[in-house]
Amino acid sequence: MSIDILMPALSPTMEEGTLAKWHVKVGDTVKAGDVIAEIETDKATMEVEAVDEGVVEAILVEAGTENVKVNALIAKLTGEGDSPAPAPKVEAPKAAAAAPVPAAAPAPAVPAPAAPVAADGSRVLASPLARRLASAAGLDLKALKGTGPHGRVVKSDVEAAKSGAPAAKAAPASAPAAVAPTAAAPRQIQSLEQMGIPAGSYDLVPLDGMRKTIARRMTESFRDVPHFPLTIDLEIDALLAARAKINSLLEKQGVKVSVNDIVIKAAAVALKQVPEANASYTPEGIAMHHHADIAVAVAVDGGLITPIIRKAETKGLAQISAEMKDLAQRAKDKKLKPEEFQGGTFSISNLGMFGIKSFASIINEPQGAIMSVGAGEQRPVVKNGEIKVATVMTVTLTCDHRVVDGSVGAKFLAAFKPLIEEPLTLIV
Amino acid sequence: MSTEFDVVVIGAGPGGYVAAIRASQLGLKTAIVERENLGGICLNWGCIPTKALLKSGEVYEQLSHLGGYGLSVEKASFDFGKIIERSRGVAKNMSGGIAFLMKKHKIEVIEGEAKLEKGAPAPKVVVALKAGGSRTVQAKNVILASGARAREIPAIGAVSDGDKIWTYRDALAPKSMPKSLVVIGSGAIGIEFASFYRALGAEVTVVEAIDRIMPVEDEEVSKAAQKAFEKRGIKFRVGAKVSKIEKTKDGVAVTVEAGGKIEQLTAEKCIVAVGIAPNNDGLEALGVSLDRGHVVTDKHCRTNVPGLYAIGDIAGAPWLAHKASHEGIHAAEAIAGYKTPNVHSPIPGCTYANPQVASVGYTEAGAKAAGIEVKAGRFPFRVNGKAVAAGETEGFVKTVFDAKTGALIGAHMIGHEVTEMIQGFVTAITLEATEEDLHGVVYAHPTMSEAMHEAALDAYGRVLHI
Repeated sequence: MSIDILMPALSPTMEEGTLAKWHVKVGDTVKAGDVIAEIETDKATMEVEAVDEGVVEAILVEAGTENVKVNALIAKLTGEGDSPAPAPKVEAPKAAAAAPVPAAAPAPAVPAPAAPVAADGSRVLASPLARRLASAAGLDLKALKGTGPHGRVVKSDVEAAKSGAPAAKAAPASAPAAVAPTAAAPRQIQSLEQMGIPAGSYDLVPLDGMRKTIARRMTESFRDVPHFPLTIDLEIDALLAARAKINSLLEKQGVKVSVNDIVIKAAAVALKQVPEANASYTPEGIAMHHHADIAVAVAVDGGLITPIIRKAETKGLAQISAEMKDLAQRAKDKKLKPEEFQGGTFSISNLGMFGIKSFASIINEPQGAIMSVGAGEQRPVVKNGEIKVATVMTVTLTCDHRVVDGSVGAKFLAAFKPLIEEPLTLIV
Repeated sequence: MSTEFDVVVIGAGPGGYVAAIRASQLGLKTAIVERENLGGICLNWGCIPTKALLKSGEVYEQLSHLGGYGLSVEKASFDFGKIIERSRGVAKNMSGGIAFLMKKHKIEVIEGEAKLEKGAPAPKVVVALKAGGSRTVQAKNVILASGARAREIPAIGAVSDGDKIWTYRDALAPKSMPKSLVVIGSGAIGIEFASFYRALGAEVTVVEAIDRIMPVEDEEVSKAAQKAFEKRGIKFRVGAKVSKIEKTKDGVAVTVEAGGKIEQLTAEKCIVAVGIAPNNDGLEALGVSLDRGHVVTDKHCRTNVPGLYAIGDIAGAPWLAHKASHEGIHAAEAIAGYKTPNVHSPIPGCTYANPQVASVGYTEAGAKAAGIEVKAGRFPFRVNGKAVAAGETEGFVKTVFDAKTGALIGAHMIGHEVTEMIQGFVTAITLEATEEDLHGVVYAHPTMSEAMHEAALDAYGRVLHI
């Protein structure tokens, strides 16, 4: 006699939640009170305890599945005295044998998703067309409700899931496929209450889409990309003088170039000189980008966004300056189109205006590097054995070691430095 | 008034009697009202008796081609009376089978003409009994399956007189074999009669208002069909409007306008096959909402009147027996509490002329008009081994796929016994098969069905035998 384990409601108003983690696997014996899973809502993470004794017969909703409806069947226990379903034991060696050759065969032109197999070895009933449509839409068949005969998932079910709430949608495709997949289960976070911060002692600001995206992408990048910083000091007196001259000469034309605009231009020119630094790691190979599409971090209400100056190496300062002003304004108004902030090849983050001396940003996947620009400040510098005053700006390049090795990063900074210190060379 | 029945079905055609059987299977106390013959038009005056006639026609036609098979016959001839007699016998036999089925499922058959009156929880059914008198039945649910009849157009004289101007009913049981015929309408009914009477030697002209024959079929099929029928001696007037049908001393004179020209076609008889008219008497008065004469129903075959369901021809196109049966099962299940909506499964259409035509789903042009990017494949029977061996090389199979999803969305066939083959593709579409599935199906060799495999392969540039 099987015992159904249903998605619990953590609060009276909870309608759905994320099945964050399973603490048990098929075949495990549980007794009442054992923690078997963790459920996450937008508000909290809670442990689910077993009410009955038994052996886990099937896990029907995978860890990490979002938007699981309250009271949905998530697992089955085989009650006392029953022998667990033999399927997993039979299936296990097969799966193990298949394991050593993952993804060896190139994906066929028309991907033919293998019939998804549930944890207990049972096949998900779905029509061929439903399988294909779900695969194309990144939907997990197991998370869909089938309305066909015997609960078979049919075309209309996939279409309903696509048009309805983002139910069961896999990770958004904002990170291009070039990045190694990082669909691991989200890290378990204890609730604040569990960590000693009592409820009521703080206000909870709900997570909006931008916050969720930042959290996810930064976590994945920091965890999965082997990164290291390279720091260099740049003297910018000549740059400041050149900027002042440009702006006074072109004032009537409405041109007002910022230090950051010059940094963008210099970075783009340096990337053309050291194309190895303008690259992305993919499992198939290193993508050497044809152009320097510079993503510039812009702080906006509730987060940040990175609009892109495309082909910055081909553009003059006046144009970069004008585009940047427009993009920054529209970023603040939240009016950027996705193509305006997705798909850069290199990022720049500048906290100089806040007086930050130096910092190391987190890689913006799938880019190979990100440059963190500190404040320009007067510092004593030693020149020819004498202490002199110069305006110095510290720049840190965070590199993805899979594609930008230390020497490549250093080579890039060596190309970047004279372009900043002698901005006349930018004209060439 | 107490409710004697859970369900009363009105009309014992292929929709009604199937609904009654299903209702009974589900444990509902069921009655069925029929004013004429169990089995309705389908069994008595439609699908079944025409197939009997067409078989006689086909066999007779074969006799004139025996030489091709190395055979000969002294002198082929037919007895028209016996052909009609056989057809009527087949109908009677099948209708008797329905009586048995009703008995087996303990369904009470009420012989007479039903009329609906306001009632609760469902409309009251008042039956003018065949045996005389009347009987009022109050059921919990009524399934209206009253069907349809031949559409007649009095304004142009397209009205049956039972003698010179026929509907399908007259054409099924004429007193003598006509020497010449004008058939108005090139849908399945018109084409089947044209094919049958031509096979027996009548001079047949088919008039179609649209610019091609069999307008619901794929254009390539229409074209091939016209060619095949013309080869057998049937004449066509397409894009031709009938303005007048007049009776003359020897027969009929049909005035036809096409391309600004007026022509008079004369023949011994004229068959009017211009669609159907729903049997909807009294429904408006009951407050049943109608759309161009047809009852409006929801996904559970419910009408706007509580307790009243409608299925089959009365509930709208396509006017096909199997659509009626499908809805009948669904209505019975809805009454029994099944919640599954009637997701419209693809409904095949078949024409049993010689050659046969069968189709399901989108035509190529229809799919394109619906904004679907299409991949179409074709395969002719003339290079199919079984077809060549059988001497049945006329026709082809065509497939229509959604290029984006790879789903099969339409299939069209013309040729020998393709009405038996279409079911493979109907099943494929219903189960939502994609090109990958169809390419992977193993077809027995040698069969004409192999052309289905090839047509699916051809849509993706993988055809093997051309």
